[in-house]
Amino acid sequence: MPRFLREFFNRNGVGMGSLMLGLVLFWTVGLIILPQLSMLDFSFRPNLPPPEIGGPKDVYTVENYKYLIFGPEGGSQDYNAVDLRVFYRTLIAAVFVTLFNLVLCYPIAYYLAQTKGNHIRIFALMLIIPYWINEILRAFALRIIFGETGVLNNALVGLGIFDTPFDFIRNDIALYAGLGYAYILLMIFPIYNVIESLDRNQIEAARDMGASWTKIHRRVVIPYAKPGISSGCTMVFMLSAGALAAPQILGGPSSLWFTQLIYQQFNDNSDWPQGAAYAVVLLVTCILLVLAVMRLFKVNMGDIGK
Amino acid sequence: MSAGVGVDLEKLWIRFGDFVAVRDANVKINGGDFFSFLGPSGCGKTTILRAVSGFLEPSDGRVLIGGNDMKGIGPNKRPTALIFQNLALFPLMKVWENITFSMEIKGASAKERRKRADELLDMIALPGQGDKLPSELSGGQRQRVAIARALCAEPDVLLLDEPLSALDLKLRQHMRTELREIQQRVGITFIYITHDQGEALTMSDNIAVMRAGVIDQIGDGKTVYNDPATAFAASFVGENNVFRGKVKQVSGDTALIATNRSGELLARISTANQGKMQPGDDAMLFIRPEAFALAPAGASGDHFVTATVTNEEFEGNVFNIFMEGDGGKELKVSLPNLGQSFESHKGQPMTLQYDVQNAVALPAGELATE
Ligand SMILES: Nc1ncnc2c1ncn2[C@@H]1O[C@H](COP(=O)(O)OP(=O)(O)O)[C@@H](O)[C@H]1O
Ligand SMILES: [Mg+2]
Repeated sequence: MPRFLREFFNRNGVGMGSLMLGLVLFWTVGLIILPQLSMLDFSFRPNLPPPEIGGPKDVYTVENYKYLIFGPEGGSQDYNAVDLRVFYRTLIAAVFVTLFNLVLCYPIAYYLAQTKGNHIRIFALMLIIPYWINEILRAFALRIIFGETGVLNNALVGLGIFDTPFDFIRNDIALYAGLGYAYILLMIFPIYNVIESLDRNQIEAARDMGASWTKIHRRVVIPYAKPGISSGCTMVFMLSAGALAAPQILGGPSSLWFTQLIYQQFNDNSDWPQGAAYAVVLLVTCILLVLAVMRLFKVNMGDIGK
Repeated sequence: MSAGVGVDLEKLWIRFGDFVAVRDANVKINGGDFFSFLGPSGCGKTTILRAVSGFLEPSDGRVLIGGNDMKGIGPNKRPTALIFQNLALFPLMKVWENITFSMEIKGASAKERRKRADELLDMIALPGQGDKLPSELSGGQRQRVAIARALCAEPDVLLLDEPLSALDLKLRQHMRTELREIQQRVGITFIYITHDQGEALTMSDNIAVMRAGVIDQIGDGKTVYNDPATAFAASFVGENNVFRGKVKQVSGDTALIATNRSGELLARISTANQGKMQPGDDAMLFIRPEAFALAPAGASGDHFVTATVTNEEFEGNVFNIFMEGDGGKELKVSLPNLGQSFESHKGQPMTLQYDVQNAVALPAGELATE
């Protein structure tokens, strides 16, 4: 038995230790790794009717992946332009949502972390309470705000700023706002956490030596907050690239999110292998993108957990 | 010594809500001085320093640096550099980057900064350590890096907030000398904050003794030690024995005090209080442990004290004798060890005498608690 396991059992007793270990294993292996592996397996199989599963036609193939790139066999186009466009648009939009969230949340997190007093708790509460409302209701609430005859348009037209209502939905502004809003907390809290532990004297020392506020943030606060920033950005990026409800409800009629394609494959087309392949591509691309960006900004994997 | 840039505090008040942290401080700090604010923890020293560096706007009164009113001028625009109590080095920057941060702000090239960092590292006796991180240095080394970082900004006034408090005793004593040397070399004004009277006395040209937001006395070390202006200053700066009583009689600059337990004793009235003490006033008389000498048994008079010895200890350079004192507090006497034989008087009365010039009469007042 490896040493850490022995220590673990010594500390917790054999009974409790086995139970805890069993639960953790069940969680990671049973609920995460195995289903994902079976998805991976699906993605390399043809879509067969149930009687033929396990039969001679059930062989490994990369057809599902080829489909994303080249489209249906004998199709009118050389490439699967529609799906690919949705794919990279989703990634770009997720990057955009992440950056937008970062720009919005960093000052809030900084303010919350560096200000003392009771009003901060009220502030934090006001950020948290909206999350008691379910995701779908929140998305529909945004529709009410951004709709053609919504609150915002009524106000803008009423004030004479616009002559005719602006279509926030078709222009994806509602979608970005919805996605951004959905993950604000996931961005604020990791950044808040690190900045809270930053010694105020460091900020004052920098200021004392003549640094402007931008310089203080660039040289002192942001480098210190980097682990929090990366962990916030990673979560927001992954979750917005994988979001389904917000694009479904707030997306314009012409703009699909890649997750919606995956959903269609699973649900409307009953083509699980195709859906699995799309999901795998999305997951792997997102992970690679995150790793590349982390490398670029010299962030360690260990920092993300902070 | 070069002229240097002076600092004046004029009728300075600082309030936090209803709480008055600094009450009507008037201080004139000469250019090129090593000036200390000495007082117990929480008396408002840091608050004064923050007002000088610009992190705090005074509620009332003015801060002048080099004769210029600093009102509305932010900390990044003042000719001061502050060394924080916890140093506040930037943990993610290398030592040389820390030191030359102020040059980076002004847009100096990396090459210039490297060069200046090396010069300063030589000066603080840390050559070749520029590429380390602050966390890789010892406490004393970090201390010096903080000094170099502040000096690199070429301030006219260097502000130091208890910079030695985190160091151990030996290092602290060493750094006292070093700080004083650095100050004399660079010739700029140092404003130093401490609750350690030893630090203040050894390093400073002038000292302001503070008590709960009020400055009790300003003077050089000898004046503050020998001629305290208040009971608080007398009891806070150095060790002191207090005798409580009432003024019996005043003649010129001496007063006869009728003490509660030790009879009538004669003392010099402190300079700041001459002409202000009247017969009948509550008074305190202070005699330092080292100002006593043994007297023949049975001798009595207005400069003799007799009391029962409760304890004796040998400290090497001095014999300490503890006797029943005034108000529950022991009377401490330190006799220099000159190789004389010393006979124990434990449990017996002992008579001591003092030179009236070394006893200070002051109006009764609050005593330091430590
Ligand atoms: N920002 C503040 N708000 C309220 N009270 C403060 C503030 N800063 C300091 N004080 C109070 O002022 C007094 C003096 O503090 P300080 O100047 O830090 O003392 P010290 O002499 O130990 O440096 C203390 O009682 C402290 O609690
Ligand atoms: Mg302080």
